[in-house]
Formats: sequence, structure tokens, C-alpha cells
Amino acid sequence: MLTKNQIVGWLRHSAKVMKEKSSYLSELDAVIGDGDHGINMERGFKKVLEKLETGEQQDIAAVLRETGMALISSVGGASGPLYGTFFITAGANLSGKTQVSTDDLAASFRAGADALAQRGRALEGDKTIVDALMPAVRALEQAAGAGESVHNALNKAAQATQQGMEKTIEMTARKGRASYLGERSVGHQDPGASSAYLLLKALYEAAS
Amino acid sequence: MRRRHYPDAKQLDNISRGTEMKKLINRPENVISDSLAGVAAAHSDIVRIHTEPRFIYRADAPVKGCTALVSGGGSGHEPMHTGFVGKGMLHAACPGEIFTSPTPDQMLEAARRVNSGEGVLFIVKNYSGDVMNFEMAVELAQAEGVPVSTVLIDDDVAVRDSIYTQGRRGVGTTVLAEKICGGASEKGYDLKSLTELGLRVNKNGRSMGVAFSSCTIPARGEPTFNLGPDEIEIGIGIHGEPGRERIGLKTAEEITRILTLSIIEDPAYTRTHRLWGAGAWVEEEMTDTPFQRGDRVIAFVNSMGGTPLSELYIVYKTLEEICRDKGLVIVRNLIGPYITSLEMQGCSITLLKMDDELLELWDAPVHTPSLRWGM
Repeated sequence: MLTKNQIVGWLRHSAKVMKEKSSYLSELDAVIGDGDHGINMERGFKKVLEKLETGEQQDIAAVLRETGMALISSVGGASGPLYGTFFITAGANLSGKTQVSTDDLAASFRAGADALAQRGRALEGDKTIVDALMPAVRALEQAAGAGESVHNALNKAAQATQQGMEKTIEMTARKGRASYLGERSVGHQDPGASSAYLLLKALYEAAS
Repeated sequence: MRRRHYPDAKQLDNISRGTEMKKLINRPENVISDSLAGVAAAHSDIVRIHTEPRFIYRADAPVKGCTALVSGGGSGHEPMHTGFVGKGMLHAACPGEIFTSPTPDQMLEAARRVNSGEGVLFIVKNYSGDVMNFEMAVELAQAEGVPVSTVLIDDDVAVRDSIYTQGRRGVGTTVLAEKICGGASEKGYDLKSLTELGLRVNKNGRSMGVAFSSCTIPARGEPTFNLGPDEIEIGIGIHGEPGRERIGLKTAEEITRILTLSIIEDPAYTRTHRLWGAGAWVEEEMTDTPFQRGDRVIAFVNSMGGTPLSELYIVYKTLEEICRDKGLVIVRNLIGPYITSLEMQGCSITLLKMDDELLELWDAPVHTPSLRWGM
């Protein structure tokens, strides 16, 4: 099981990671976008941290909703609505829960990732966050089907996300600012997929 | 990319050697709030500032009987949009961080503040971030019972491929749409007719730009892109997005010819917009028609921020000759820095096909910090 405290720990850890990796993400973004992804994610998770400081969130749904709202109101650009939609939708069915099973987690990630993809009108292969997130969802679903522990499931999800992120290097961007580069976007890792990987890695670490 | 604090001794030293950005600012993180405070101080008769969340709105809002017109986008394009708030144009504008879309809470709060009961039309430029944030704002406003609608501006002909990209970017036509729709709001157009008008303006307008130099975002401290000393980027986006091609420097006449002919000879363009109708998103295909001999147009020559007015007039001279040659009748013009990219050197040209209704609305009185006539 993954507890509410572990999820809060994940988000706190993510804030630290986004701060540390801010320049890395912005550098990736500078090559095929506008170079502010790291700054935006750092600002967003700083706001998440402030919201979680109060500790008023009763259940996991509230934690994820507050996280999503904080990101939406502070990140701007495309990542704000995308990650915001992910967290809010992922938490929507977890009302009253203070811990989640692998099944819950898989269902919650599926709902969040589908909503994110719809918000961005993005498909796998478009060189976006979706390319990193969908493999994670499938890994979680598989692990849930096999009755695996949350810890094992998240380990597999983080690995799948890493592979998804690395695959974006060879893709041609079809969404967002990078799409204007067309073929010139090939050879560069997508910054959104990279921040998605950092989040999944942070979740695995928080669950360990 | 390295992040810098501004200014410290080391940086001042670098600045003196000309290797760092040189900007008339206090601190990079305060650029937007300091600038907005200046607008409020200079134009307290026209606008008010709201800080948490950040937006600028008409001092007399909500305006009874008028559909409210709200726009917004990343900062760094001033005077668009904050300089266009006032009678006869926008009711509110939501500035984001530099070149970053504003957030839904800004748009929602602005909509609440200026809605007179007649509803709110959002004018949105076609960038993925802007579109998503405004869509969330629409859903939130609608959930509160505020009638809302959107018009998406996508007029940059430099983008040819719309299937495998975000589609054409919103550029110069945005300024003209805000003025024309603002005039219509003042005349009492309801939300539906104002939306239709905005869609028509977008279909009638086409733009293309050129860059001679990059700009530098204060928080980054380094140029967004690099152009060689003799290079120019034809078809540049207003955030430095790549255009059609990078070529050697040419004369104003030659550059104006490239931009103008790209606009005039652009074939019919079809794209799908997601529109808010009856409580849900509806996808609608839209096609504009190319310019034809005899069309009446507004000719808009815009500075990207660093190009002086004298050069814009050099461009206008050739633009006027080409239009005459192609049988387009310039009935109005607008020349100056209206949709900029910080200090980027370069310009853009917009041609907007006019009819009697659009012309009357263009001529209607306007009183904003950056556009004023007839009152």
C-alpha cells in the first residue's frame, strides 16, 4: 500500500528534484522550445510545497487536487494545465482514502494520463509528456494484474517512463512550440517527458 | 543555461564588457509587476490593476449592456495586451510571465470582474499553453454561470503545415481583432454576434514577420536564439519560434516583397478550432479565402520592439506599392510597435480584408493606454 504520507513525501521530494533539475529541464527546453520548462516546474512545485505546508488535506484526493490546483495557478504555459489536469483527475476517485493499493494507483494514473492527453490533444508519438506517462500507466496496470506490491509496480513504472522518455529523442515533435521545428526536433529529448520521468522516479523513491 | 542574479558585482563587470544582457529593469523577477504598476500610475483614468491573481481591467468595468472582451498571453509583447485595455477595446487583460501563458485563475477572476451579465469573450492566440489555459478558464467560468465564448487567432502564414504542428500562430491580427471586437462590444453586440465577428476577423487576417536579432528574456539572461551578423530569419514567431528560412541580409524592399507576397499569395487555409458551444467543446473546421484583386485591407506594419519607426515607414512604402500592383486597396493603416518581442529587431506585416462593418468598427472611438482615437 502507498500511504497519504508517502504521497505527500513524494510531492515534497518532487519540489526538491524540480529545483535541482531546473537548469537541466530548461536546457532541454531551450533546444526545441522556449527554455523555461525548468523555471516553470520549479515555480509550480514551490507553490505545491506551500499548499501542503498547511497539512489540511484529509485524504489523498485532497492532496492531489491541491497539487493540481497549485500547478494550474502557478506554472502557466502548457505544462501547468497538463500536469494540473493529471493530478486533479488522478485524485478524483480517491476520496476518503488515506492509502492506495496497486490497483487504485493504476486506475488513478490511467484516469489522470487519459485526461492529460485529452487536454493536450496529444497521442503517443507526438513527443510530449504523454510518451513518458503512458508506458508508466501500462506498467502499473500490468503489475496490478499480476498482483504485485506498490513498491514493485512503481519500480517498473519508473523504468517504463525512462524508456518512454528516451524514445522521444528520435521522435518528431507534433505538439507545442517544438512542432514548428518539424524534423529539426529529432535528436533531442522532450523536456515534458523528462519532467514526467523525474516525477515517476521521485514517486518510486518516496515509496521505497 | 545559467541563472543569474541581477545585478551583482560580477555581472556589472560583465555588463561593462558587453557580454551580458543590458536591460532597464530593477530585478528580473519584478519586471512584470513593476511595469504594470507603471501602467497603472500613468493611466489611472483608464485602467486598474489586480495583483492576486494578476490582471488589468477597465476602471469603469463592468460596463452595463456590453459583452466583456478579455484577452491575455505571455508578457513581453507590450503594448499587447495590457496597453489595449480601455474604452472601445479590451475590458481586461491577463499578463503571464514573459513568453509564458497566463493561468486559468487569472482569466476566471478577470472574467468575473468585467462581466456585466452579458457574458465574456476570450480572445486567445494559438499557442498550446494559451489554448489549454483559456480552455480551463472557459470551463471554470461556465461552471459558475458566466456565459463565455472564445475566438482563436491563428494568422501567421509562415507556418505551412498545420496537421503536424500546433497550427498557425496568433500574431498581428490579434491587435486588429481586439480593436474591432472592442468597437463592437461598445455598440452592444451580444456574445454570439461578437464571437462570429471575431472569427470573421481571424479568417480575414494574415501576417508574417522577420527577425534581425534575438531578444533576451530577463529571467534567462541570454538571447533566445542566435543569428549570425548577416543573417535574418524569415517567418519568425513572436517568441523567437523558427520561421520558414534563414537567409542573408537583404534590402528593406526585398524583405518587404518576401513578406507581402507570402501573405497575398497564401492559398486557402483550413484548420479545426475547438469552440465552446452550449456547454461543451465542439470542433469546427474553418477555411479562409485568399486575397483577391479589389479587396479592401488594413495594412499593419509592426515593429518587433527593436526596429525604429523610420524603418517601418521604409517597409510601408514598398508594401503600399505591392498592394497597388496586386489590386489591393489599403483603406486604413497602422504603423508602429504594437505586438513586440521584447527588444527583438525585426518587423511583421499584417493584411486584414475589410468590409463596411469592420471598417466602421475599426474607426469607432478607442481610448486605451496605447491606442487612442476619436475621443
